[in-house]
Amino acid sequence: MDRGGRAMTVPAIETQDLVRTYRTKRSPHNPEAAPVVALDGITLTVPRGEFFGLLGPNGAGKTTLIKVLVTLLLPTSGRANVVGLDVVTQAQAVRERISMVSGGEHSGYGLLTVREQLWMFSQFYGLPTGPALTRIDDLLKVVGLYDERHRRVSALSSGMRQKMNMVRGLLPDPDVLFLDEPTVGLDVGAARDIRTYIKTWVHDRPNRSILLTTHYMHEAEELCDRVAIIHKGRIVACDTPAALRQRAAGGTYFVLTTEPLDGAVTLQDVAGVDRADVRPLDGKSELRLHLRDDGAIASVVQTLAAHQRRIFSLQKVEPTLEEVFVQMVGQRLEEADERRGGP
Amino acid sequence: MSVQTLTPARGAARTIRAMLGRSYPRIIGANRERSWLFYDTVLPLLGTVAFVYVYKALGAPERFIGYVIMGGATTAFWLNVMWSMAAQFYWDKQGGNLELYMVVPCGVPAILLGMSLGGMVATVLRAIAIVLLGSWLFHVDYSLVQIPLFVLVFAVAIVALYGLGVTFASLFLLWGREAWHTANLFMEPVFLVSGFYFPVSALGFWVGMGASIIPLTLALDAMRQLLFPSVHPGLLPVSWELGILVGLAALFIVVARLSLKKMEFLARREGRLSLRF
Repeated sequence: MDRGGRAMTVPAIETQDLVRTYRTKRSPHNPEAAPVVALDGITLTVPRGEFFGLLGPNGAGKTTLIKVLVTLLLPTSGRANVVGLDVVTQAQAVRERISMVSGGEHSGYGLLTVREQLWMFSQFYGLPTGPALTRIDDLLKVVGLYDERHRRVSALSSGMRQKMNMVRGLLPDPDVLFLDEPTVGLDVGAARDIRTYIKTWVHDRPNRSILLTTHYMHEAEELCDRVAIIHKGRIVACDTPAALRQRAAGGTYFVLTTEPLDGAVTLQDVAGVDRADVRPLDGKSELRLHLRDDGAIASVVQTLAAHQRRIFSLQKVEPTLEEVFVQMVGQRLEEADERRGGP
Repeated sequence: MSVQTLTPARGAARTIRAMLGRSYPRIIGANRERSWLFYDTVLPLLGTVAFVYVYKALGAPERFIGYVIMGGATTAFWLNVMWSMAAQFYWDKQGGNLELYMVVPCGVPAILLGMSLGGMVATVLRAIAIVLLGSWLFHVDYSLVQIPLFVLVFAVAIVALYGLGVTFASLFLLWGREAWHTANLFMEPVFLVSGFYFPVSALGFWVGMGASIIPLTLALDAMRQLLFPSVHPGLLPVSWELGILVGLAALFIVVARLSLKKMEFLARREGRLSLRF
């Protein structure tokens, strides 16, 4: 049994045919005022102790799903439970057991110091001041923010602020921690620190669970026990990162850097090339290829040579979640973001 | 450290902790940015003084100066309710605090009460400054003999007023700028019909009774009757006004609870608790 007397076999999160639509206003572009479907029948089970990731482009429905689960949003239809509690009818009980941290969050009050701000939030959970301050100090040490504890929140950098938000999320020691793109906009070092700590936190506490939304492939691969790929409100794949990569294992993957490619070089039509994605990289082009077999790389090299494009590097790579995403959705994550106006 | 099973005692303790926690930014903010001492005491006093000179110019009886000073002091509580508590949710929604307030277990009422408690420091100081400075500058004589009754009227009025404030705050769960404009819309009419700067009986009995839906109307009238006995033209006897205020306090507490519940439901349904989905 857990702290609330609930059996440990009860999943951390369970949704069944979850649908959420938003009403829209009539406009020249939307004369029928058609509702936007943000979640389109999400069925999901996250067991206790799991670090679960939701991966998808902007507008895929990741944040909407989190907002339903943390009781900020009612589902239009379907069911959602957190630690066995219905998010619609038992919202208060759900709130006793969860915590949420969002990326780019500017919550709190700038004139408070870090320690004061965290103390304020600890009071909303009813933590006695003495133990709360001890815990705050301990957590600040862990995330490397202890020396800044007396600094005003308004004077923190984005990375420091997000570390502070992470401490806030961990203060009540929640059964389920919801992290909505917690490292978005952070520099590499700050993002790494946060990833390291949340990984440690969940693995040190076998009964705690984390639901993380991200559109960083490497983050999902590094942190999550399982990942669901969400696109246009639907889960298009859900498995461990390794199992998902296996799904993309048909064929082989190469990454090349070449002289800049332009429209004159069309690799999609080369025999044996299933997919070719080109993106600019430091004045060169990065070419990611999904080939039917290794032999097809020779045709690619010949085509590049015929167009007088030098190859700076050529590497055969293991399929990543990026490739899985491309296979499932038919476009790269960045492309999906760009179609919606980018992050 | 973990969240434990919630007994009624633990729930009450958490509510108090949450109130104190939310009041802290207001209190510490008042200490760290002391410019409010000028803005919240001297400037409001100037507004009150302007009305005093209007009455002096008109040759009104001396007690009217006392009415104005009482009204000026009481205005602070109305402003605290409307702008430091109810409309604060507008800024909290913009800043991302509101969604966090909604998902913490202490509940929104505790946070609202914390806001008002924190705002009380500045409010009480503003009220005291107006009463003391105004009375000293214009030599106002009060004849307060029933101090406990005066305190009781004031306390009941404050409870009713904060019930009304929580009701207003609930509007901000669902609406943003619309609720802000609504709050703005209420300010001047309330100043008028509540009789902040004149005896409400001047509006006539029925208008005065209609204005009594704002708790400060009857509270001000009762307090003026107690401060200036025998000369203040009261709308109703003090005991009646106190009884109605008790009723209003109970009513607004119930309405506030229902309104918070309903508005939270609607806001969750319409996706208004958060700016980002």
